[in-house]
Amino acid sequence: MTTANVTRSIDARGMPCPGPLMSLIGAIRENEIGAVIEVLSSDEGSRTDIPAWISKAGHELVEVVEEGDFARFVVRKAR
Amino acid sequence: MDDTTFSVVLFSGTDDKLNAAAVLTAGAAAMGRKVNVFLQYWALDAFRSDRIHKDHGVAPEAGPEGAEAYQRHGGQHWSEIFRQAKDIGEVGIHACSLSMEMFGLSVEDLDPLVDGQEGVASFFLDVDGPVTFI
Repeated sequence: MTTANVTRSIDARGMPCPGPLMSLIGAIRENEIGAVIEVLSSDEGSRTDIPAWISKAGHELVEVVEEGDFARFVVRKAR
Repeated sequence: MDDTTFSVVLFSGTDDKLNAAAVLTAGAAAMGRKVNVFLQYWALDAFRSDRIHKDHGVAPEAGPEGAEAYQRHGGQHWSEIFRQAKDIGEVGIHACSLSMEMFGLSVEDLDPLVDGQEGVASFFLDVDGPVTFI
């Protein structure tokens, strides 16, 4: 279970690479600093791409929750 | 923007290669790289506004099985991935003036994703590292 209060949830399940990451970037841009964005992704590439982008862009990966055939990435906009 | 520019000469006009170029462009833009795309020959033809959404097929090496896998995989159209890349980063897409002349095209014939046309020397003006040819 996610502990942070989610500002916006994006269901990107079924979208191939780089769809889920692009959706996350869009949501980060549209929300204020401190916003918590949750992305559901079944794309294997997201498991490396989302943490890599977060680290590069300077945001915070709150948690990654494995949900079986997809993963839930919870991200806080830090800047 | 950090690191070197991701410079791409996009020559191929099949949907698989256009999609590969779009995905690489989106990834580079996401990671803060400037992207410089030069459209030549069949790739330029695929960016014509009246043809961009038509079926451009896949590369011959795909064979029937590969073609079917590509179709089945679905996902967003490559033009949409280029659009997202332009939205999040500094992505320039220019048409090669030689190819434009060969096909008798003007910039108005191309999808708005294309920023304009330029000669090959102008393309290299923005090149500061390796050039990827697709």
